[in-house]
Amino acid sequence: MQDNNHGSAEHTGEDLSFYKDGGTGIMSWVYTLDHKRIGIMYLISVLTMFFVGGVMALLVRLELFTPGKTIMTAHQYNQVFTLHGAIMVFMFIIPAVPAALGNFVLPLLLGTKDVAFPRLNIFSFYIYVTGAIIAIASIVYGGVDTGWTFYTPYSVGSEGKVIWMVFGVFVLGFSSILTGLNFIATTHKLRAPGITWSRMPLFVWGIYATSLIQVLATPVLAITLLMLIIERAWGIGIFDPKLGGDAVLFQHFFWFYSHPAVYIMILPGMAIISEIIPTFSKKAIFGYKAIGFSSVAIAIIGFLVWGHHMFVSGQSQFASMVFSFLTFLVAIPSGIKVFNWTATMYKGAITLETPMLYALSFLFLFTIGGLTGIFLGALSVDVHLTDTYFVVAHFHYVMMGGTVIAFLGGLHYWWPKMTGRMYPESMGRVSCALVFVGFNVTFLTQFILGSKGMPRRYYDYLPQFQTLHQVSTVGSWILATGFVIMAGYLLASLKYGALAPANPWGGLTLEWQTSSPPPLHNFEKQPNTKIGPYDYGVPIPPRKPGTLEGAVHGTSS
Amino acid sequence: MNIFLQSSVWSPFLPPQNATEAAAVDNLYGFIFWLSVVLFLLVVGPIFYFVFKYRVRAGQEAKPTPRITHHLGLELTWSVIPSILCLVIAVWGFWDFMNLGNAPADSEEIYVTGKKWVWQFEHKNGFKELNELHIPAGKTIKLILTSEDVIHSFFIPDFRVKHDLPPGRYTSVWFTPTDSGEAKDKVTGIIADHQIFCTEYCGDGHSGMLAKLFVMEPKAYLKYLDEGDPKMVVTAEVGAALYKTKACITCHSVDGSKMTGPSWKGLWQGKQPLEGGSVATVDEEYIRESIVNPAAKIAQGYANQMPSYQGLLNKKEIAAITEYIKSLK
Repeated sequence: MQDNNHGSAEHTGEDLSFYKDGGTGIMSWVYTLDHKRIGIMYLISVLTMFFVGGVMALLVRLELFTPGKTIMTAHQYNQVFTLHGAIMVFMFIIPAVPAALGNFVLPLLLGTKDVAFPRLNIFSFYIYVTGAIIAIASIVYGGVDTGWTFYTPYSVGSEGKVIWMVFGVFVLGFSSILTGLNFIATTHKLRAPGITWSRMPLFVWGIYATSLIQVLATPVLAITLLMLIIERAWGIGIFDPKLGGDAVLFQHFFWFYSHPAVYIMILPGMAIISEIIPTFSKKAIFGYKAIGFSSVAIAIIGFLVWGHHMFVSGQSQFASMVFSFLTFLVAIPSGIKVFNWTATMYKGAITLETPMLYALSFLFLFTIGGLTGIFLGALSVDVHLTDTYFVVAHFHYVMMGGTVIAFLGGLHYWWPKMTGRMYPESMGRVSCALVFVGFNVTFLTQFILGSKGMPRRYYDYLPQFQTLHQVSTVGSWILATGFVIMAGYLLASLKYGALAPANPWGGLTLEWQTSSPPPLHNFEKQPNTKIGPYDYGVPIPPRKPGTLEGAVHGTSS
Repeated sequence: MNIFLQSSVWSPFLPPQNATEAAAVDNLYGFIFWLSVVLFLLVVGPIFYFVFKYRVRAGQEAKPTPRITHHLGLELTWSVIPSILCLVIAVWGFWDFMNLGNAPADSEEIYVTGKKWVWQFEHKNGFKELNELHIPAGKTIKLILTSEDVIHSFFIPDFRVKHDLPPGRYTSVWFTPTDSGEAKDKVTGIIADHQIFCTEYCGDGHSGMLAKLFVMEPKAYLKYLDEGDPKMVVTAEVGAALYKTKACITCHSVDGSKMTGPSWKGLWQGKQPLEGGSVATVDEEYIRESIVNPAAKIAQGYANQMPSYQGLLNKKEIAAITEYIKSLK
């Protein structure tokens, strides 16, 4: 009915937005099968979880401002850091990019109407909500103090509500599996005509590799957690030596999932960076195949490195050697990606809008995260550094400096597409700068703490570590300030932000060919796939803001 | 605080190096550290340069960019060189790891037991100590580790050694301290001391599961095994120190707050209700019994969780702790 508007300069998409088409009542959301609405619901959920987990993190840092008791007891501290880890890993980072952003943009990038199994999609969302509620219920009913890793036999004997938390995580896993399955099927079967495997946007390659891990690794976690529940509930000895079990066996099982899970977390982050950098450099991606294949290589080799969490656990030296070599092997594709992104900027036409600032932050922080991984992969050096703050700093550089920063980049990149509104650019840059500075102040100091021998998961510490702990805590306040500003302007933009044009950044991928926000069925007509996702470098007439013309139809004759 | 305190330029931020074997670890650490600095600059340098050089300046039209999609030589270079570097580091780290994993046959063996939340050390002659480990200078020491409850991890930063203690099996660490020469204090014969940490999360007392290692003149060590601390006197102050070093602090408060065990504040000469309904008067004998045989009388409202200190505290030490409890009115 809006056909006469299509392509006109004033057209913003407000009038046929998926927010209105399909109903606006609460039930139209509860029963929705639209991947965009499901993506938005996931986004709200994971951001809520990020907020809760973030508050826990601030409490942890505040407690560590002084040795001994600052604001809470040792027992409360142990519960808070456990919840911080469990919420951030299982309820925020793992679903953040694939389930929230991926759900929204993956079908758009492939030029299709929806994912392959829309009903499975909404089902997976409700599984996620159920799992999250069960896990959070453990706080209400007494808390969990095992750390997010649930190491046995501590978790078998701990008085906390371990079964609740573990069962919640068990349920969350199914959501992850179903989302992965859906994306694999969508990528195989629903690509628009013209989008061959070698012309898929790299975001899709990244999410595809992630989905493979989700489908293959998550069942192992489910089995492991089920065994833990059985041991706790009925005293059947699997992991507790007192009952005839093996304590280290749990670690093998747990990391067999949880190390690939690290790649479930980082690959989507890398996938976002592969979109942002070409768009804001207006230049063809360098080494498309290398980036795409390295995602798949990481996904495969990532299954074979779990033992590097256990170099001092008592596993055989030979096993440790094999795991050390494989760990270095998996580092290579990540390095290659960084070099490719850097090379993409060479001779580009670079603009520094907020998403690009996040992408540059990612390169900076992820490189530090990767290089400090070399220390931990080297067996003899790992002996000194493992289970200290060095490890804490390392994985925060990869998970937060990598994935979360990339997620924020993606959030800002697709925010106009998702909401139909622009956020204030200057505020975006200020908050990005605060997050960057706050992050480094918080975690760079922790590398030094760890090298000096400060063990992790310590409620109390020796006086010689106090200065560095205080610097780190002050950093967490800077970081929090950045997030508060971000939450403020993003929420305000929903009401006061300027209407977003279809293609605010001049991108070539298909989501920019449709209005912001997109209509219910994504595209009004078959999107043009003649131009590849990174076909910059052909003469492009200057883009007129707010139109579909220019960048997209640059070569149409 | 100087964050570079005692750490070298080659291997910055590390704690003092006080064991012969630690040098190998520090060399590789230093190599990776400086290699990382170089690699970091090689990555971040071009990024900054490109952003500066190729940014679209205000008021300027973006020029069409050249379509450069790949470059085989470049891609091989940045795949092969890092692979070689990684291989070198992997072999180097493994080589040292193997050497550091196997203690020489003539090492002096000491048994270590970790339990919530104390370290117990047992010397060859059966002498036991808690949260303090005295060793002779100039010897290679092998510690045989085991846990009585959950997984702990034994870590001496100054020696660069660490190993988990999974319950139900034995693991070990070994080292040769470099501390030597004359003891500053002629009476104790202690040359140097080093911090021991638990580095595997083990519950509420995890961060209090600390111990000290003392390197002693060999003669003083032998004397210590026979007689214990020669300087020990029975006072409330000594009891207060033992309260911390012997890990009483992980379960008993001295300010009245409730922890795993009853607080010591106001305990002395009080009436202690027990599980089962009876009441005990807190006197010297009650305290002695609660230390060496804690299961005999369980304070009401608390679990039977305390390990026995039989053989771990000598008479003088129990008396000093009693004096300390007396002083907590």
